Amino acid sequence: MNTLILRETTRLLFGLILLFSVFALLRGHNQVGGGFVGGLIASIACSLYVFVADAEDVHRLLRTDPLRMAAGGLALAILSGMVGMLASGSSFLTGVWVEVLGVKVGTPLLFDCGVYLVVVGAVLTFVLEAKEPIAHNRAHTVLGRKG
Amino acid sequence: MTDTVGGAPKVRFYSWAAVALPTGLFAWFCGLLPTVSSGQALWWELQWLPQQGVALSFLLDGLSILFALLITGIGALIFLYTCAYMRGQPHIGRFTLFLAAFMLSMLGIVLSENLVTLFVFWEMTGITSFLLIGYRHEDATARRSAWQALLVTGAGALAMLAGLVLMGEAAGTYSLRAILAQPGAITADHRYPWILGLVLAGAFTKSAQFPFHFWLPNAMAAPTPVSAYLHSATMVKAGVFLLARMAPVLGGTQAWTVILMTVGAVTAVHGATVALTRTDLKQVLAYTTVMALGICVLFLGVPGQASDGHLSSAAIAAMCFICVHALYKAALFMAAGAIEHSAGTRDLRELGGIWAKMPRTSCGILLACASMAGLPPTVGFVGKELLYGSALDAPAGWAALAAVLVASALVGTVALVLAIPLLFGARSPKVASAHRVPWPLWTPVVALGVLGIVAGLGAGTFFEALILPAAASVGHVSAHYEAGLWHGLGPELLLSVATLTLAALAFWRRSSLARGISGMLRGVSLTGDRAFDAAMRGIADVATGLTVVLQSGVQRRYMSTVFFSLVVAVGGTLLVRDALTIPRTLPQASFFEWMLAALIAASALTMILTRSRLLAICAIGVVGTATSLIFLLFGAPDVAMAQLMVETLVVVIVAIVLLRLPTFRYEIRHDRARVVRDAVISLAAGATVTLVLLAVIAEPPQRSLTDYFEATAVPGGHGRNVVNVILVEFRALDTMGEITVLFLAGAAVCALIRPRTRHRSLDDGEDRASSQGRGAEGAR
Repeated sequence: MNTLILRETTRLLFGLILLFSVFALLRGHNQVGGGFVGGLIASIACSLYVFVADAEDVHRLLRTDPLRMAAGGLALAILSGMVGMLASGSSFLTGVWVEVLGVKVGTPLLFDCGVYLVVVGAVLTFVLEAKEPIAHNRAHTVLGRKG
Repeated sequence: MTDTVGGAPKVRFYSWAAVALPTGLFAWFCGLLPTVSSGQALWWELQWLPQQGVALSFLLDGLSILFALLITGIGALIFLYTCAYMRGQPHIGRFTLFLAAFMLSMLGIVLSENLVTLFVFWEMTGITSFLLIGYRHEDATARRSAWQALLVTGAGALAMLAGLVLMGEAAGTYSLRAILAQPGAITADHRYPWILGLVLAGAFTKSAQFPFHFWLPNAMAAPTPVSAYLHSATMVKAGVFLLARMAPVLGGTQAWTVILMTVGAVTAVHGATVALTRTDLKQVLAYTTVMALGICVLFLGVPGQASDGHLSSAAIAAMCFICVHALYKAALFMAAGAIEHSAGTRDLRELGGIWAKMPRTSCGILLACASMAGLPPTVGFVGKELLYGSALDAPAGWAALAAVLVASALVGTVALVLAIPLLFGARSPKVASAHRVPWPLWTPVVALGVLGIVAGLGAGTFFEALILPAAASVGHVSAHYEAGLWHGLGPELLLSVATLTLAALAFWRRSSLARGISGMLRGVSLTGDRAFDAAMRGIADVATGLTVVLQSGVQRRYMSTVFFSLVVAVGGTLLVRDALTIPRTLPQASFFEWMLAALIAASALTMILTRSRLLAICAIGVVGTATSLIFLLFGAPDVAMAQLMVETLVVVIVAIVLLRLPTFRYEIRHDRARVVRDAVISLAAGATVTLVLLAVIAEPPQRSLTDYFEATAVPGGHGRNVVNVILVEFRALDTMGEITVLFLAGAAVCALIRPRTRHRSLDDGEDRASSQGRGAEGAR
């Protein structure tokens, strides 16, 4: 798997795909895209990286546990909902919009960023856990350990 | 140096500070007592789920305040007692927290004004008592007892929930005040038998009525403060409270009278009988508690109006007995704990002559026993006179009378056993080596004992302030009830004398009596306890059987089960509902669409037929990509993009996993029958989904939601991408749920895989070490 071509291509593509994922995230509200798709694109970039590098390298690159990243995303989403609730005095997850330098920014964007982080974190967790060598002939049955 | 064992000083400070909570509440309720006694009911309301008619509302009437005072008053003494009793035990902070949580949920039950809130608090007492009984969780007995209590009372609570919902529906409201305001509405409803049965199931399990009583003696595995609090004064009284609360609504019918009186009488006699055969002090007390609960239920069942029309005093008798019992039983339980604390045992055969060693505790025991036996001038005497008085009035009163007579005589015997051999018998070695009882252990015992005397001497005031208002909430009572120690030379007094005589006789012949009862009980093979064990074993067996059948561990079987169920459930529905729409002509489609369909079909076939794993993965990818192209063709770029990304990721993940697996086991493919069966199931699944889709597009599309979203996306959601606006604005809560699931899936993957890999790396080291160890053992 770890061929020279894949390795060099990944090196080139990794940053580009990540950049594109952020682009997809930010344009999401008006054009095709959004947090979910953006997160998936970013996870593809990271998965490519996982292919050519060790799990260790990916961990080093992320500087954090992917699951922690997902938890952060979830917290961000909840936070955006709370902001809407407190600011508008209405129910949870009410959107609140402000204009910053002519650009409309709102809590839904924050929420979308949370979605993005959860998707990336969760998918990376799957990929990294799958990447770890799986033990052969596990001494497990469904009901418990054999013997 | 026991002080250093008692945990950090901070923790001890907390357990002392915790006494303030029940004390403060007790004082507050005392302050409200004059208002409530005058017949005025107070209530507070806080909206909770107004759409469902659920409010966090509380009602303080005569009945509530009697229980609230018992809970907080005895609670204060228990918390004080706990400080000394639990010193040196692990997790005192946790214990105190559970106890406080229990107390508050119990208060919640007795103060609830809404059926739903009542149920919530009811369940909270179940959970907190589970935690308290299982406090010594290293002990298998404690764990089992905790389970048993939780399951028995929990099962009853579920039945009760159904009953309460039916009651709420029948009455049209969940507010207790509104329900109490229309007596007769529920009993006239055609659902009344169900309501009654289900509510009684909840009350009887909680209050340990026969045949559900077995969990209560087992719950003695809990530390003594818990037994004294939960299993004498409060939790087990929750069922009695519920019956008392519901009496005006559900009571007064033949069924109510018959069931309550029968169950109560059987429970009372059974509890009192078994109590005589036990030698563990706490077990003895637990069985007398069962007896007391039976008496309470029995007298709540006695109709408020006697056959000749005059008002019965049964409600007064029940309320008085609840009070009497709470006072003496809490005292005796705490005394049992004090004795165990200082002598190291609570086996009656190893105890004797504790008077000289523990005079203050013994004083308390003596007072409590006097109340238990019903001797004047204690409040126990007043209570027993009342029981006899109202039993004489009741219909089928001879049965009630006989039950009370037998149960009281036997409990009187127990009181004599506790008072005479335990206090004044020959001093046993364990008692001789006992250490001094610390003051927080004996003060509550003496306080409760003295309270029993005070309430007896001041019976008039005591009844005026507490018992009569409580009885008035339960049913119609004669307003001019004169309470007092001396009622003249009536039949009640004669019955009291008879009881004491019988008790004395039984005490004299107690060992042969206990032997006889034990022999009789040994003959009974079916007990609730054994039935519980059998039920638990049955559940475990069924679960094991199901797991063996369903969880084969073979992925193919899981898939075929899922798809087979899909075919049966969805295809069956289509057939039954006659929703099959089969187009007569081929659909109109462009050349490009036909090509895509052919591509999908060809890839699917390739995936099935290939022997190369990599090719199979790529074929799946082609299927998915072609599907996303179809989405794109039909103008759903967002869906197409997501689908494309997911497909790519699936290929990557599956590739990572599959490339690490051993080669395919081709021998499976030679099994023709299996291949045919799998093929049939997959074709049927494909056909079912196709038919569903055909049925869906046969209907004209519903545009109302689409129109709404399209119209409001920009003004309301500030976005032109309607799909995204739906995801993050209109349906943001759904998205929140989805990402929570996604996160949990990631966490589950970590939990499933990570510890194992971590263990493996540890095991490598350990394996080497242990194999060396084994080698060394072998050499030895």
